[in-house]
Amino acid sequence: MATLAPFKEAVDAVEEAGGEAFKLCYQCGLCTGICPWNTVRSFLVRRMMHEAQLGLIDFEGEDVWLCATCRACVERCPREVPIIDIMRALRRTVVGLGVGPIPDSLRLTMKNISALGNPLGEEREKRADWAQGLDVKSFTKDTELLYFPCCIPAYDPRGKKIARAMAGILKAAGVDFGILGAEENCCGESVRKSGDETLFEGLAQSNISIFDEKGVKKIVTSSPHCYNTFKNEYPELGANFEVIHYTQYLAELIRDGRLKFTKEINKRVTYHDPCYLGRHNGIYDEPREILESIPGLELVEMPNSRENSLCCGGGGGRIWMETKKGERFSDIRIEQAIGLGAEFLVTACPYCIINFEDSVLTADKSEIIQAKDISELVEQAI
Amino acid sequence: MNMDERRIGVYVCHCGTNISATVDIDAVTSYARSLDSVVVARDYRFMCSDPGQDLIKQDIKELGLNRVVVASCSPQMHEPTFRRVCEDAGLNRYLFQMANIREHCSWVTEDGKEATDKAKALINAAVRRVFYQEALEITEIPVNPNTLVVGGGIAGIQAALEIANSGNKVYLVEREPSIGGHMIQLDKTFPTLDCSACILTPKMSDVGSHPDIELMTYSEVEEVSGYVGNFKVRVRKKARYVDEEKCTSCGVCQEKCPWKAPSEFDAGIGERKAIYIPFPQAVPNIPVIDTETCVYFKTGKCRACEKFCEAEAIDFEQKDQYMELEVGNIIVATGYDVFDPSPITQYGYGRYDNVLTGIEFERMCNATGPTGGNIVLKDGSAPESIAIIHCVGSRDKHYHAYCSRVCCMYALKFAHLITEKTDAEVYQMYIDMRCFGKAYEEFYERITEEGVKFIRGKVSEVTDQAISEEEKGKLILVVEDTLLGSMVRVPADMVILSTAIEARSDAEQVVRLFSLSRSADGFFLERHPKLDPVATMTDGIQVVGCCQGPKDIPDTVAQASAGAARVLAMISKGKVELEGITAVVDEEQCSGCKTCIPLCPFNAISFDEEKKVSGINEALCKGCGTCVAACPSAAITQRHFTTEQIMAELEGVLV
Repeated sequence: MATLAPFKEAVDAVEEAGGEAFKLCYQCGLCTGICPWNTVRSFLVRRMMHEAQLGLIDFEGEDVWLCATCRACVERCPREVPIIDIMRALRRTVVGLGVGPIPDSLRLTMKNISALGNPLGEEREKRADWAQGLDVKSFTKDTELLYFPCCIPAYDPRGKKIARAMAGILKAAGVDFGILGAEENCCGESVRKSGDETLFEGLAQSNISIFDEKGVKKIVTSSPHCYNTFKNEYPELGANFEVIHYTQYLAELIRDGRLKFTKEINKRVTYHDPCYLGRHNGIYDEPREILESIPGLELVEMPNSRENSLCCGGGGGRIWMETKKGERFSDIRIEQAIGLGAEFLVTACPYCIINFEDSVLTADKSEIIQAKDISELVEQAI
Repeated sequence: MNMDERRIGVYVCHCGTNISATVDIDAVTSYARSLDSVVVARDYRFMCSDPGQDLIKQDIKELGLNRVVVASCSPQMHEPTFRRVCEDAGLNRYLFQMANIREHCSWVTEDGKEATDKAKALINAAVRRVFYQEALEITEIPVNPNTLVVGGGIAGIQAALEIANSGNKVYLVEREPSIGGHMIQLDKTFPTLDCSACILTPKMSDVGSHPDIELMTYSEVEEVSGYVGNFKVRVRKKARYVDEEKCTSCGVCQEKCPWKAPSEFDAGIGERKAIYIPFPQAVPNIPVIDTETCVYFKTGKCRACEKFCEAEAIDFEQKDQYMELEVGNIIVATGYDVFDPSPITQYGYGRYDNVLTGIEFERMCNATGPTGGNIVLKDGSAPESIAIIHCVGSRDKHYHAYCSRVCCMYALKFAHLITEKTDAEVYQMYIDMRCFGKAYEEFYERITEEGVKFIRGKVSEVTDQAISEEEKGKLILVVEDTLLGSMVRVPADMVILSTAIEARSDAEQVVRLFSLSRSADGFFLERHPKLDPVATMTDGIQVVGCCQGPKDIPDTVAQASAGAARVLAMISKGKVELEGITAVVDEEQCSGCKTCIPLCPFNAISFDEEKKVSGINEALCKGCGTCVAACPSAAITQRHFTTEQIMAELEGVLV
């Protein structure tokens, strides 16, 4: 029998890092039951809360790095414990005090972001390369709208299709927009969730200064992660601009008649609610509104939709970490979509797209189903 | 001695160490002694104790004090004590003032200097204020010995019988066609397992036949006016469309009626007719026509009940009747609603046939229920396993943060009934077992012995998506067994949700009707959570039973009896004192603008058409001060809260 000897400094550090709400937990285990990890492996969220309460946190284990911050547990926790904040605080403690190991791939990603402003280790100067040949202008003081593509659409070969589709749509609708290219940095959302608060603040400050300097008033983002951090986290660091997710913006353009469809997409599709668009920000209707307005398209719902959406596994910095085969939520999602006879699994988040593409290829199902971003379908139909 | 000379005594209390540990008592007492018109200042360990009280009485007599200030705790507790001390020594109670140097000083800071400085300021304010305080007259009015009890569940029944058994008249108003409330729907009662109807129906029938109880079922209170001792109440007796005098309760009408609707009494799992007596032991045993279901009321055709009624009691022309009652006291016993679990979509209530609420399962277990007391699945077959989910809607901030107090126990009772009546395995998914009452823990032990399986964890989902052979055709409960520290999937044929007790959906209307307040949980607010749990902030109105908060039957009965005792004390005393703190209109100053009249929450202000000025009925005025603040001509003064008194008090704090 071990003596209960709480590691008080660790508890204090977790509390200081913003995780003190673990005290509220009454150990019902609902979070464990809801957590998607438990469909593929054991991950006792409840026990982590109890370990935090007693000062017996295992900082060296991999559990600290598992949470994909999908918010499913937070949504239903009977004591409204902000579990994500606690997970973030645990990671901040590891990063800040060095009390445990950081997964190698995550360490490398953070290094890339710190040095180059993007997680993929690409050159800063190439950040606007995705727009080659599209005649997209640089943002200046007179430009109405800033389009912020997110690092994946800016650099990743698959991701670029999303950014190019968005540029095409905005042009077709006659929107006065521009981009910042090499002058912008990664938004830092996953950096913060991975526990590197200092790096996050640096990224945020530099983005806020460039936005201020350029006179940015309104930003449209492709990624719900950029959207979330701009909207909910940047203001506490002094940001003052309007931010909207592209699904909100496109739904508005369609409603106002500025965006009209001329082609049919005769496909059966299902929509996957990204965690950071849905549960984190309550945006469920606009994506469906856009899809339903595309001629010929048939929209069907998966068993876990809207508030109950199944995470793709890419949030909370997980997109930069290795997830073992057989433990990927995106594999389950692909099966759900195929089960419905859907030809496209449509979503509105670059991380989800990366994970779904990967699952489709690994399972060798690309003949049956394809992962698509809403912007890609819209561009195809106009 | 000059009668106008102010002779003030100041008494500083240590309250053990509650005050003296932080406030410098000596410094405060000598400071008090130095104030104008203060003749004496003393300190004592417990001012509220008998020796402390005697100290004040003695000084009033011997030193000729004509004003008293006590610096101690909140006036909430001891203002009445010290007012009485003054009166005992021949001083009018309104010549007393209290300074709160405990809750406002010693309990809110650990800084002795700050606490001492603030205590001095509060005493200075009280001394300056009491200087201007005047003796006020206390009037007494007689109490009407009749009582209104609102709600005919076990709480209302108990209260009505207690009062009526003393020979005083009770009007019992119940909005449903019969009394009995939720208790009459229950099968057995924990922990003794006696049949709910067997112990309740004798009381119901006592109510029905009691010479001093006027039972008004299918009736609702529409309006309440007046004040303690003299309330006026308007009651609407809804049309039953059956003549109560002629009806012989033979039941032929409901037998012959061709139209059906879900039975409220059977919590929707059974049916009743359009004309119906809610249950066999109903009091009164008179049917009522539900005009929503009755086809005659929709199309003008049918009248089957009328054709077969030999007593000619059916009366389609019956209209709602209104009655005016005069009562001295009111007991509100309006009960609770059962939480609707449909919003917790993950539990599948309404989507899966064999997911039931607690109250639905009560009706299924009961011999008079739709299955004749057999525990069966929707398809009529016997369940092999049944799971009970605790805390559905309780202890969950998304629904109700509070514990409903009865669910653990009724879940245990269900487990027993299932074990007794079937061969099914029983699982209890709980968070914490709360078996706090007399003989409750023993009941828990008994059920444990019966072989019921306990899984500690909040169920995340009930699903019909099987992943193994054993799960096929079952409902599967997904839950972390927090004691095992692993996820489990429990297949069950039937799932019972231990649904919460919640405030009535129309509680807000009742609040407005009776001038009550609600606590954050939605239930009616008692005057004091520990020491005055039945009275409300409105004198003469008591709240009893689950309308005040979730409770079991023993606690409900005890609280109902306590409410009745309060009323009987009032009736037995026969009179109520009216506070002297009322508002008065200076007729010279009043411009006759009538601004004050609609603002008065007690309808105490009327307009004198001859003099063209407002006048305040002192018997109705509660001294709330609304009119005083609103009067544009500053023509209304509130006794005991005059401008002079308030300004003096403010100066005292500020200098």
